[in-house]
Amino acid sequence: MNPFATLARLVDEAPRRALLLLAAFLAVLLVAPVVLDRYLLSVFFLIFWFATVGQAWNIMMGFCGQLSLGHALYVGLGGYIGALLWVKFGISPAIAIVPAILVAMAFGAVIGWLGFRFGIEGVYFALLTIAFAEVARIGFDNWSFVGGAAGFFIPVSAAASPVNLRGGPMLFYYVALAMMIIAFILCAALRRSRLGHAWLAVREDAEAARALGIDVFRAKMAAVVISAAMTAVAGVVYAFYQNNLFPSQTFDIARSIEMILAPIIGGLGTLFGPILGAFILTPLGQTLIALVEKIAGRAIPGVNLVFYGAALMVIIWFTPNGVWPWLKKKLGIPEGRE
Amino acid sequence: MLWSLYANVLVQGVLTGLVYGLMALGLSVIFGVVRVVNFAHGEFAVVGMYAAFVLFRSFGIDPFLSMLPIAAAFFVIGYGLQRTLINPFVSRPEHEQFILLVGLAIIMVNGTLMIFGPDARSANLPYSFDSWEIGAIIVDKVRVYAAIAALAVAALLFAFFRFTATGVAIRACADNLVGAAVVGLDVKKLYALTFGLGLACVGAAGALMVTLTDATPMIAPAFTLLAFTIVIIGGMGSMTGAIVGGLLIGIAEALASVLIAPSMKTMASFGLLVLVLALRPQGLLGRRA
Repeated sequence: MNPFATLARLVDEAPRRALLLLAAFLAVLLVAPVVLDRYLLSVFFLIFWFATVGQAWNIMMGFCGQLSLGHALYVGLGGYIGALLWVKFGISPAIAIVPAILVAMAFGAVIGWLGFRFGIEGVYFALLTIAFAEVARIGFDNWSFVGGAAGFFIPVSAAASPVNLRGGPMLFYYVALAMMIIAFILCAALRRSRLGHAWLAVREDAEAARALGIDVFRAKMAAVVISAAMTAVAGVVYAFYQNNLFPSQTFDIARSIEMILAPIIGGLGTLFGPILGAFILTPLGQTLIALVEKIAGRAIPGVNLVFYGAALMVIIWFTPNGVWPWLKKKLGIPEGRE
Repeated sequence: MLWSLYANVLVQGVLTGLVYGLMALGLSVIFGVVRVVNFAHGEFAVVGMYAAFVLFRSFGIDPFLSMLPIAAAFFVIGYGLQRTLINPFVSRPEHEQFILLVGLAIIMVNGTLMIFGPDARSANLPYSFDSWEIGAIIVDKVRVYAAIAALAVAALLFAFFRFTATGVAIRACADNLVGAAVVGLDVKKLYALTFGLGLACVGAAGALMVTLTDATPMIAPAFTLLAFTIVIIGGMGSMTGAIVGGLLIGIAEALASVLIAPSMKTMASFGLLVLVLALRPQGLLGRRA
C-alpha cells in the first residue's frame, strides 16, 4: 500500500476528461485565496475541514459499514491534546499531532474492542460511540486542568508561525486544503489495498467475509483506529483555528452529526462523496445563516441545521446513495470506477 | 442519619425512573413491533414538554391534565408519520432509517430552538415545592403525581396489548410478521397504530417531565440517549424491560448525583450501559435475536 504508487495508478486509470476537470479544480483552489476575502476563506476552511473528517468517518461507515455517531470524541481529543501541549508545554502542534493520533487511536481501539468483541452492531454500536463522546464531554467539563466547562483558550499571537499553526485565515485555508487532499489520497490508497477490499466484504456480508478467511474483527478494528487517527489530526487543526475549546460544543452529539452529513449527502462509501457533500452543504448552510441574519436583522441559531436535517431526509428519501453516483454518470465516468 | 439520605435518594430515583420508563416504553414498543429505532424520540419528548409548558402558561392547564390531549395529539402525529414518512423505510437498511430519523430529529430540535430560544423554561407549578414528610423521608408531591401518572399510562398500554384484539394483533406482528400477514392482518395499519402509541407514551412522558425539570431544546439528544440506554439495558422490545431499565437508571442517576457529583449522573447511566453491553448485550429482560 504505497500511496504514491496508488496515486500514479489512479492517475493512469482515470478517464482523461475527469482528470482534466480535477486538475483544473485543484488549480482554482490553489490560487483562489488571491481573490477571497476573510469571510470566504473561512467558509472554504470549513468546506475542506468537513470534507476531511467526512472522509475519515466514511472509512468506518462507507467502507466498513460501522456506524459511528461519536466522531466528535476524536476531534475533541485531538484538539485538547494539541492545545494543551502548545499552551502548557510550548510543544508545536506539528509534533502534537503524534500524541493526538495515538490517544485517539487508543480510544477508538477501546470502543471498537468493546463493540466488536461482544458482537454489538448497528444502532447498538452507534449508541456506544455516542456514549463515549458523552462521557468525554462530562469528563472534560469537570476537569479543571483543561479549564472545565469554562473552556480552554489558545492565546492569539501577533507573530505568524505556520509550523505552530499561528496565522491568519490564509494559512488555515492551505492547511485544510492540504489535509483534504492527503485524506483523499490516503482513502484512495486504503480502498484499493487488501484491507480496503476486506472492509467492503465485511460491509456487504460479514458472515461471507469470515467464510473467505477475512479476520472480520481485525478489519473492523483497523477501520475504527485509522478513522480515529485521521479525525484527531483534523481536530488539532480545528482547535488552533477556533482558538478555543468548550467541552459542551467540542464533544456535542450535534457536532458528531454535522460531521457525517457531507459523506451521506455526497455518497456513502465513495471517495469523492465526502468532498462533494461538503462543497454542497457548507456554502448553502453559510449562505442561509447570512441570509436569515439579513432578513430577520439578527442571527437565528439553528436555521442552517434545520436545512441540513431537511437535506438529509430528502437525500435519503430519493437517492440513498448520495449525489456522487448521479454526478459520476453525468461526467461520463464508467461504473465501478471512482 | 446516613440511611435516611440513601432512602431519600432511592425514593426520588424510583419516582423519576418511572417517568423515564414511560418515555423509554414508547421507544421500546416502536422498536419491538415496527423494528425501527426512533432516533427522534427525545426530540418528541421535548416537543411534549413545550406543549405542556405552553398550555400551562397560556391557558393555565395543569400538565397532569394536559398530558391527555398531548398524548392524543402525539398518537395522531405518530400514526400519520408512520403512514407517510416511515413506512417506506421499514424494509430499507438500518442506516437509512436512522438517517431519515436523524434528519427529522435535527429539524425538530432546531425548530424548537428557533421558536422558543435556548433558555431553559420552567413550568413553576403552584405546588412545585410541596412535599410530604414520612418519617425521615421527604417526598416531593409532583414527583409522586408524575410517577403515578406514568405508571397509569404504562398500565393502560400493558392492558391494551394484553386484553384487546388490536393489541393482540400488534403483538402477532411483532412475533411473526409473515404469519400475521398470512392470517390477513393489516400490518401497515397496525404499524401506524403502534408508532402512534409509542409517540403517545413519549408525549405523555414529556408533559410529566415538565413538572420535574426545565424545558430546553438542547436536552433533546440527551433524552434520546437516555431512552435508548434504558431500552438497551432493559432489553430491546421488552415492555417490562423498559420500565425496569427506567427504574435502574433513575436510581443510578440519583445515587451518582448525591454520592459523586450532580454532573456525574449521566456517567452512571453510561457506566451501566457499558456493563450491560459487555455482559448481557440482549439486555436484562431481552431475548437473544
